[in-house]
Amino acid sequence: MKNVIRIAAGQGFWGDLLEAPVRQVNEGPIDYLMLDYLAEVTMSIMQKQKARDAGGGYAKDFVPLMKQILPTCVERNICVTANAGGVNVKGCAKAVQEVAREIGLAGRIRIGIVTGDDILPRIDELLSRGIELRNMDTDASLTTVRDRIQSANAYLGARPMVTALSQEAQVVITGRATDTGLTLAPMIHEFGWANNDWDKLAAGTVAGHIIECGAQASGGNCQFEWSNIPDLANVGFPIAEASSDGTFVITKHPGTGGRVSIPGIKEQLVYEMGDPHEYITPDCIADFTTIRLEDAGVDRVRAHSVKGQPATNFLKVSISYSAGFKAVGTLVYAWPEAYEKAKAADKILRERLDRLGLKFDQVLTEFVGVNATHGTLAGEPPPSLAEVQLRVGVRSENRDAVERFTKEIAPLILTGPPGVTGFAGGRPKVEEIVAYWPALIPKEEITPVVEVIDA
Amino acid sequence: MRVSLIKLAHARSGDKGDTANVGLIALREEFYPILVREVTATRIKGHFRGICHGDVERFELPNLGALNFLLHHSLGGGGTLSLMTDAQGKTFSTALLRMQIDITDEEAQSIGLS
Repeated sequence: MKNVIRIAAGQGFWGDLLEAPVRQVNEGPIDYLMLDYLAEVTMSIMQKQKARDAGGGYAKDFVPLMKQILPTCVERNICVTANAGGVNVKGCAKAVQEVAREIGLAGRIRIGIVTGDDILPRIDELLSRGIELRNMDTDASLTTVRDRIQSANAYLGARPMVTALSQEAQVVITGRATDTGLTLAPMIHEFGWANNDWDKLAAGTVAGHIIECGAQASGGNCQFEWSNIPDLANVGFPIAEASSDGTFVITKHPGTGGRVSIPGIKEQLVYEMGDPHEYITPDCIADFTTIRLEDAGVDRVRAHSVKGQPATNFLKVSISYSAGFKAVGTLVYAWPEAYEKAKAADKILRERLDRLGLKFDQVLTEFVGVNATHGTLAGEPPPSLAEVQLRVGVRSENRDAVERFTKEIAPLILTGPPGVTGFAGGRPKVEEIVAYWPALIPKEEITPVVEVIDA
Repeated sequence: MRVSLIKLAHARSGDKGDTANVGLIALREEFYPILVREVTATRIKGHFRGICHGDVERFELPNLGALNFLLHHSLGGGGTLSLMTDAQGKTFSTALLRMQIDITDEEAQSIGLS
């Protein structure tokens, strides 16, 4: 049994730097690579892909990545935990199996498959038994969106992944699993932490929270002394160097850019934080008010003293549902009187939309360069303002209304205030809104299924 | 004297549905008690008037010298429903750092701001 393992973050979201996981594997020692692909509404995108093509529905990027790094992973015994499986975990595993065979790894690696998170086929049955799946934020009843649901998945924790690792899976692929579980699972597996060792489980969860957003823990999006963070072009993704006693060090490979510092780690700790006393996961409740940080050398921050509480009896469920349509149109107005012209254009546009009798649930106007980020807190712009972007968004259940809106932007160029440009992109696109419905489900309703296959 | 929060703190913000979270972190340990005293939930609600349409909750993390704020009903519906440029509340952090707070002359002196 090891006393220290190095878990490297390779993706902070689906669409993160493609080279990051490759560099994590190649540029220094690591034991595990964790890859987080699933944002809140990613599952619904994957559900649509699967509807079009029964072989789709997972993070396609993951397969060529595995082809590229698996030989090194095998040579250096690096295991991978990834929630790349989306709504087709088995399809994803099969694709990885195929590329593994292509590169001569047939029979040399095992692939873990974690399923059981998908409750889409069970919604009616659950509702009929009084499991309401009410919206955690609004308390609304799921019946209000029942006929528009596109995906429904429970967040699984670290334990099923641990089971797969214990059966010698080199690559563990899950569907909807918590980001933190991807990091915690290797620790439980290597250190043999008990189901009720809450402090250690909480520590591993905190480590997972720190590295799950990739380079946001190693100098990216860092406000503290941002302008002197070195070489972000070459940013090194974070690595959690975890010890069996529940302490850990956040670091990155030598020779990479960015910075691992206490202020930067603090920023990431408070990111997307709710009540810091209760960071709830399927594995435990972590108390972020107990975390102690200390400087442990260049690009090394040590964390210790983390306390945890028993896990709750519920799992979070992420449901996605179709919620109408939206579109956003933009135009740019130049000095002089850029802001006044943009405001006049907005007024003209709104009057035309009214005359067309179009009904929207919301019309939002922002003036980029004036108020799009800080609203009225930014104050009035100076008369010398060089340019401002008019940005108008609409939302409606009625696709036709949104479609019609998209045809009213470009005409403003010839029929509105002067000094306008920035329409080269053509008409705005109508986008179907897939909204997110968070809910809770009793743990006993969900049975994770673990299967380990040979490549 | 009045001082801008950006002199005393850094921050990171994000979203959970229609709620923005802002973590406010003291630049130096000795600034934390000032943040606790001055940056109350009520002050935040006033600062973000017209932006935050719900309650403001505040949590203290003395171990990190940080406060965490939850600003409910602030993101135009949140997630994919929102039409806002900043639907994820990423810039609420610096919007908060615009806040002016009161510090005593002694505090200003001791932290080199007077």
